[in-house]
Amino acid sequence: MTQALLREIIDYANRANPYPLYEELRKTPVSHDGDGPYVVSTYYDIHSLLHDPRISSDAKNLKATGDDLLGDQSDEEGTTLPPSFLKLDPPDHDRLRRMTNRPFGPPHAPHRVHDMRDELGGLVSGLIDGIVETGQMDRIDLVDQFAYPFPVSVICRLLGIPREDEPRFHVWAETLAASLDPDPDADPTQRGKGSMDARMELGMYLAGLIEERRKNPGDDMLSQLATADGPDGAMTTMEALSTSALLLIAGHETTVNLITNGMLTLLRHPEALERLRNDPDLAIPIVEELLRYEPPVQLLPQRTTLSDVEVAGVTIPKGASVWLMLASGNRDPKRFENPDRFDPDRKDIQHLGLGSGIHSCFGAPLARQEAQLALSELARRLENPRLLEDPPQYRQNSVLRGPRHLPIACDGIRP
Amino acid sequence: MTSTGTHDGSLERLKREGRIVVVGASLAGLRAAETMREKGFAGSLTMIGDEPYEPYDRPPLSKQVLLGNAVADHTALPRRRAIEAEWRLGVPATGLDMAARRVELGNGDAVEYDRLLIATGVRARPWPNAEEGALKGVFVLRTRDDGEGLQRALAAGPRRVLVIGAGFTGSEIASACRERGLDVTVAERGDAPLVGALGGVIGAVAAEMHRENGVDLRTGVMVTSLEGDPSGRVRAAHFSDGSTVEADVVVVSLGAQRNTEWLSGSGLGAGPRGIACDAGCRAFDIRGIVTDDIYVAGDVARSPHALFGYQFLSLEHWGNAVAQADTAAHNMLSASADRRPHLWVPAFWSSQFGVNIKSVGVPPMGTEILITQGSLAERRFAAAYGYQGRLIAAVTFDNCRWLPFYEQQIEATAPFPPPFSTVDRRPEGSKPLPADFPDPSVPTHGPTITLSGYSPADRKMTFTPGR
Repeated sequence: MTQALLREIIDYANRANPYPLYEELRKTPVSHDGDGPYVVSTYYDIHSLLHDPRISSDAKNLKATGDDLLGDQSDEEGTTLPPSFLKLDPPDHDRLRRMTNRPFGPPHAPHRVHDMRDELGGLVSGLIDGIVETGQMDRIDLVDQFAYPFPVSVICRLLGIPREDEPRFHVWAETLAASLDPDPDADPTQRGKGSMDARMELGMYLAGLIEERRKNPGDDMLSQLATADGPDGAMTTMEALSTSALLLIAGHETTVNLITNGMLTLLRHPEALERLRNDPDLAIPIVEELLRYEPPVQLLPQRTTLSDVEVAGVTIPKGASVWLMLASGNRDPKRFENPDRFDPDRKDIQHLGLGSGIHSCFGAPLARQEAQLALSELARRLENPRLLEDPPQYRQNSVLRGPRHLPIACDGIRP
Repeated sequence: MTSTGTHDGSLERLKREGRIVVVGASLAGLRAAETMREKGFAGSLTMIGDEPYEPYDRPPLSKQVLLGNAVADHTALPRRRAIEAEWRLGVPATGLDMAARRVELGNGDAVEYDRLLIATGVRARPWPNAEEGALKGVFVLRTRDDGEGLQRALAAGPRRVLVIGAGFTGSEIASACRERGLDVTVAERGDAPLVGALGGVIGAVAAEMHRENGVDLRTGVMVTSLEGDPSGRVRAAHFSDGSTVEADVVVVSLGAQRNTEWLSGSGLGAGPRGIACDAGCRAFDIRGIVTDDIYVAGDVARSPHALFGYQFLSLEHWGNAVAQADTAAHNMLSASADRRPHLWVPAFWSSQFGVNIKSVGVPPMGTEILITQGSLAERRFAAAYGYQGRLIAAVTFDNCRWLPFYEQQIEATAPFPPPFSTVDRRPEGSKPLPADFPDPSVPTHGPTITLSGYSPADRKMTFTPGR
């Protein structure tokens, strides 16, 4: 039953609208059968597990099970890069995240994200101007022409990665993002090899850059990660590599979906789009509601238990694989009134869209700023925008869910 | 809403045209007033406060304000909604006539009520010798004026600051002084800073924090007298060990006293430990009979808590003031069947020497402590307190994201020591240690949680009438 439901959720055929399946899933807050993972789907249970120190993010604690949908993934890493802090527990997680945060956020770099605002604004304008230059308003692919290149440019500037190298790391990033997707039809051996190769190549590419920054440090985060020597000491080369690989991939594979899901939702709710056009400040609550309503990270399939843990009357045994269905928790009627309604005026919106606890989204302030700027500018500049395909074509990935293309048309673009 | 339990319509009348008086215009008073209006109270609302200011926030006073990063008069509490109250500020309540339902004010006025909420909070315990306490350069820190005065004194660049008492406030003041580059001596009667609130194991960590940050920390000593110069300005302090410290700013940080004196003789169950009330915030009179029109909330309240053996807890916690005010306001406007208990799990935070400290539960009830995550030496850890085989409290240093878990464990009366392993468990977390609280009958600087006996519901109590 559970396994069947999970397969349906992962099944590409249901990518455009997995929410009825989540609703079904929530009837059993912790569901499990056979050798599959324990799937947690209700808001409060997910929230407490995200703060539960008996839950590990380190795959080494996973007791290998026979027919786990994800069983093939864990051993690929040792040979290339060490796992990023996303896949580590404290104290290593805390140390690496803390060191990464020093050049990124408060208390040591409180202005970093804020100071990028003008630059982000410039990128957004440039991309929209680029659409104008094509002269084709009757068919715009919002993903290829806007929602993808924007966050990529941002993360490149932030890290100090040459934008021209995008075609190279795009392939690796896509492969690695796909490796997160528990696609039961993919050939595990081949996929394991593919992601191993991608990690290796991305690692070598970043190693070259980091080597160069050590000699000529700049103001970018790569330089700071490579040369930092704070109270926690310096990162090893391997740590700097896996950390920058994480930032590079997570820094754009998620934001692209946030922006695309956002525009799709707004086009389906023209009254909200109209309000945003007249009031750019509305982007703040709109983005929060989007993170609840259509979160770019739908589920966290990489947790495991360090002891037997009782959740909602079910004992999850030590070493079990636990999936936290964030997008389902976000639509839990026990937590949110009318959860299937997109409501930019919603109060008390503590969603799970950026996770919670020690692994809560590292790039959240940047992602929020990017999405707010992108959506308010699109709303302001596009005249009479409309969807050409609904639902649009989605990416394969069920974890990082979003449209692969979002064809829209408009009557013109305001200056 | 229907008139559940109020067949005579009195509740509806109260909500429509009743008179509610709130004594205490600070956090608890303000939040209660907001809740009452939210619940549709349309009658007259009077807010009485002895300070001339509208409600302001206190936590910044011992932190950002002392650093000069915030101005004391910019710490006004944000309003959740308009409350349309009549403000009687700068005038203290001086008496209560329970029979006539009247609050008397310092200027001779009196205000009548149908429902009264007492949220008079606490004040800083002054230096016991009034003459010495009046010397220039001697401060306490509780009010906005205190904060502003102390900030100015620190900004003037004193040669040395002496902080008497190393509880949370004293430690935060010492931390701010060091951050400003000032020499500071801290005198603590207990064996370590924070020992009354968190016990000796954590106190030892706090002591290291002080010393590593350059604080001249003296423990196990008392300040016996303060000495002024001929101009009436403080110049030195004499210690019980015979030593002397020269300081031109002295901050007396010896905990708080509850503002209940104005109720003496009123017949309300009010005393130095606060005002006893039931779990629904209704005050007891001195005969142990619950009143039905007088409610209490915030630091001045003493209420029984189901999770902690129904002991009466007095909490000096920001979050408690908010939650208790909300409950009191709700109950004031509800029929008896709709009232709810105040079941807030005690929680507080502090920030000192760059470390974020948070706690849930009632640490001073704990007899044992286990470092469940991280390490004391790194000053990044979570520790659980045990009491009779139960998890009763937890504290984190720079690790607060795990705290909701411990709160849930406390609410679920989970066993202690915890029977499970956690991320970041170190060898030092393999077995519990004695939590090492000082004898509660010898208070140090005054704990922020006072456990003060049991409710009449506790069957262990036997009543022996005196002769």
